[in-house]
Amino acid sequence: MKAKVHVTLKQGILDPQGKAIEHALDSLGFKNAANVRVGKYMELDIDEKDRAKAEAEVKKMCEKLLANTIIEEYRYELT
Amino acid sequence: MKIGVLVFPGSNCDHDCRHVFQNVLGQPVEMVWHKDALPAGLDAVVIPGGFSYGDYLRTGAIARFSPVMGGVKEFAQRGGLVIGICNGFQILLEAGLLPGAMLRNRSLHFICKDVYVRVENAATPFTSACTPGQVLKIPIAHAEGNYYTDPVTLAGLQANAQVVFRYCTPDGKATADASPNGSLDNIAGIRNAEGNVLGMMPHPERCAEEMLGNEDGRLIFASMLEAVQQIKSKLSIVGS
Repeated sequence: MKAKVHVTLKQGILDPQGKAIEHALDSLGFKNAANVRVGKYMELDIDEKDRAKAEAEVKKMCEKLLANTIIEEYRYELT
Repeated sequence: MKIGVLVFPGSNCDHDCRHVFQNVLGQPVEMVWHKDALPAGLDAVVIPGGFSYGDYLRTGAIARFSPVMGGVKEFAQRGGLVIGICNGFQILLEAGLLPGAMLRNRSLHFICKDVYVRVENAATPFTSACTPGQVLKIPIAHAEGNYYTDPVTLAGLQANAQVVFRYCTPDGKATADASPNGSLDNIAGIRNAEGNVLGMMPHPERCAEEMLGNEDGRLIFASMLEAVQQIKSKLSIVGS
């Protein structure tokens, strides 16, 4: 199975990169863009046929390494 | 006093730390490769600055799983002195030996310059040579030094005098403008609840001898030396 993991800063935590991009978009004339949040995207193959087991493994990976849950939140898809 | 200085792939302040302990303070130092076990008989462990694992994923996120870190955790749990400087601080946070996390600097820039920090707690093994409220000039060099933690943890740090250094103006005022990176509550360094683990973003090893024009950083290492000597003299009294 393939896992697609998205890690972003939690809502409420200032994202200076997002702010800089927002300003750049604004100066390019995209006046309707707001609340830019920058994150990480990771994909990985997981050698597991059972969906529930694969999901449990990916959750553990996120909690242990892929995200720092003090400042970040994560979501994932399995295909 | 025997010091262990950890070396990760990407550490770049390891030899500066060795130099200060060995040549400035005259203490034996052992360089410890991150894949090796922590040697027995150390009195203090230094996790130096640099870019361990190229800062991949997050600063310190991969280094915390290096084999040597298991030994560092045990050493800290036994009450051993551990100091993490810059990337070392980031590793201690990721390892859970200190609370909180680092965000990108408010300005997004890598900042390398002298800053002023106020000693908020001079009753620690890392600051006993300082006076309470003393202002130290120490350089920083980082892009991720914007300390963050949740409000409950922050209140705990404040209540237990775990905030050891705050960024301040040259005359000692911890104003928002004095923080170079946007760090919460101007935090530049914290200790754990037990008091034997310190993390700080400024680099005291870069200003610890007269030749460099600034000796403020030497106070941190001299404090550690004094703390270890006190522990040893107590042990020898008990033993005799």
